[in-house]
Amino acid sequence: MAEQTITFTIDGVEVKGKAGQTIMQAADEAGVYIPRLCAFKDLTPHGSCRVCVVLVNGRPQASCTQPATEGMVVESETEEIQKHRRNIIDMLFVEGNHFCMFCEKSGNCELQAQAYRLGICAPKYPYQFPVRDLDASHPDIFIDHNRCILCGRCVQASRDLDGKTVFEFVNRGTEKKIAVNAEAKLADTDIDISDKACDVCPVGAIIKKHIGFATPVGRRLYDTEPIGSDIEKKN
Amino acid sequence: MSDTNLKRVIIEPVTRVEGHGKVSILLDEQNQVKQARLHIVEFRGFERFIQGRPYWEVPVLVQRLCGICPVSHHLAAAKAMDLIVGADQLTPTAEKIRRLMHYGQMFQSHALHFFHLCSPDLLFGFDADPAIRNVIGVAAKFPDLAVQGVMMRKYGQEIIKATAGKKIHGTGAIPGGVNKNLSIEERDALLKDIDQMVEWSRGAVKIAKDYTMDNIEDVKPFGSFDSSHLSLIREDGAMDLYHGNLRAIDKDGNKIFDQVDYQKYTDYLAEEVRDWSYMKFPFIKSIGPENGWYRVGPLSRVNTCDFIDTPEAEAERKEFMALTDDKPNNITLAYHWTRMIEVLHSIEKIKELLNDSDLQGTDLVVTGERREEAVGLIEAPRGTLFHHYKVNKNDQVEMANLIVSTTNNNEPMNRAVQKVAQDHLSGVEITEGLLNRIEVAIRAYDPCLSCATHALGKMPLSVSLYDHDGNVIDKKFKQ
Ligand code: SF4
Ligand code: NI
Repeated sequence: MAEQTITFTIDGVEVKGKAGQTIMQAADEAGVYIPRLCAFKDLTPHGSCRVCVVLVNGRPQASCTQPATEGMVVESETEEIQKHRRNIIDMLFVEGNHFCMFCEKSGNCELQAQAYRLGICAPKYPYQFPVRDLDASHPDIFIDHNRCILCGRCVQASRDLDGKTVFEFVNRGTEKKIAVNAEAKLADTDIDISDKACDVCPVGAIIKKHIGFATPVGRRLYDTEPIGSDIEKKN
Repeated sequence: MSDTNLKRVIIEPVTRVEGHGKVSILLDEQNQVKQARLHIVEFRGFERFIQGRPYWEVPVLVQRLCGICPVSHHLAAAKAMDLIVGADQLTPTAEKIRRLMHYGQMFQSHALHFFHLCSPDLLFGFDADPAIRNVIGVAAKFPDLAVQGVMMRKYGQEIIKATAGKKIHGTGAIPGGVNKNLSIEERDALLKDIDQMVEWSRGAVKIAKDYTMDNIEDVKPFGSFDSSHLSLIREDGAMDLYHGNLRAIDKDGNKIFDQVDYQKYTDYLAEEVRDWSYMKFPFIKSIGPENGWYRVGPLSRVNTCDFIDTPEAEAERKEFMALTDDKPNNITLAYHWTRMIEVLHSIEKIKELLNDSDLQGTDLVVTGERREEAVGLIEAPRGTLFHHYKVNKNDQVEMANLIVSTTNNNEPMNRAVQKVAQDHLSGVEITEGLLNRIEVAIRAYDPCLSCATHALGKMPLSVSLYDHDGNVIDKKFKQ
């Protein structure tokens, strides 16, 4: 039986998708980019960052988990939704210690790239300057908790793609943080530099050691085109 | 005599020194200048801030130290981290790209200092109305010069951008090498203007030289004093702004030490803490804290070197040294002339490098056996800059000690201020003329108060005059 095609609109543009796809999946295939931070190809979406929220028939929904259905009316780039996205990005910036100026993820960082795409120059909320630690115990991999935005990608990637459980969340609320399964240090886990979990971090929290700044300014992922351009090019 | 018996004058805001300076002048019972001090608040928070950070981040991170000379910190830290990753010898491409970046920085920094900050003093005289004795005044009266200054600065910044990726806070130098070479397009864009830059640099040397020679009787004693001089030196004795060994000479040119491997600088140099200043006072150990201080920067580099390896700058050096019969020149205002000789040297070097196909090489990084401790030195525009690090086995910085150029010149700047105060204070009042002269003396050293204090932003100078009982009897500000 042929796959059932469904048709709906995003910001008035007709999008054709397949039954069973989420709004984001259908939008991606149709070349319509919806900003996101936790969603990642190959990982099951879990709708935690709320950056990809859209209005579905007037109600807010996470587009990474919400199934696309026939005839639905999706609004994504409205002033109100964009403002909501800017607010989330703003809060993520002030909640951690994100010093783009000397962060090796600069230019390749999804948080920074979303901020640029959404036109944020400087956060409007006061910086929290939390005191967080580093875990440099592993010879090849480094965790800087200052930059973690708790997206959960590493937890999922380690479990679902690497078949390990290197990362997990501990504590709640503002104390919530990424921990390693070994209670102790990254060096005590079975993580390996070739693990998928080392490639999914959207920010500079999980870092491969020794290679920082090897890519010159101008040749980094988001130096020349805003994040989402690859998807929009399909259009 | 204890300080409480002395009067004290404080001078604040040096207008065109970037950073914040506070001068206090202390009088004795006869109302003669007993002592003058330049207070620069040095904030040492940075060394703590850097602790725990991974070593490869350091060359980029240290640029936060100073908005004025970030490239010098970038390269000094990178040189230390080269050794941490065991890269004892960079590839020719990496070494030359780094040098190009450095000469570009030297060129733009010196051009900014000379045209923007100093030329008003030289062109209009120290006593000219402050309303015209500034860069706007220069632009109005000498429009060509003002344009040259702007264009030379811009040219240096373009070199920095081409080698570091950005004009400020670039990332070009990484431990063991660089992250990019120079493309043919980048090279050709820079070569287009090179002859104009050489021409203007010759002109800049001439302005500084003519000023000095035309006013030699006033220039010679102004804020001047005998001193030792320190700089890096190439193995053959040539001036080398990027790399070399340490040489120190005394006021007569006798070598105090020579070709010292700077990894061992702590065997030769130490830093004294004085209770009235946050900024330390470095000194040569073999001479001791009292008399072991020395000068750094353009004047010292021209004094210490045996020759300059580019022809036009070498001809200028010879002419400069002839003024003092080939003995070290200890004239404070001669910093300007030597600074312009370095501008000419830098642009000659830039031209040489741009025509070197090694810059298009693709072998960019080397590594070797890891070390735990290393020192990186560079001749920054303002003088010798020391970066010293310990990195633990987890790749984190455990210790950082920096001696910035301005700290090296701490005692000399104090001496210059004291000399000017002694020569020009009349009565118990800080006159406009005195204020201007103190500013001119400090500015000759081009202090980067911003990086000495590890704080960003432009801060002004204040001068206070204290009587012998320690009462402030006058206080003046310069914005
Ligand atoms: S470490 Fe990176 S991938 Fe893991 S939760 Fe934090 S931001 Fe997400
Ligand atoms: Ni500085």
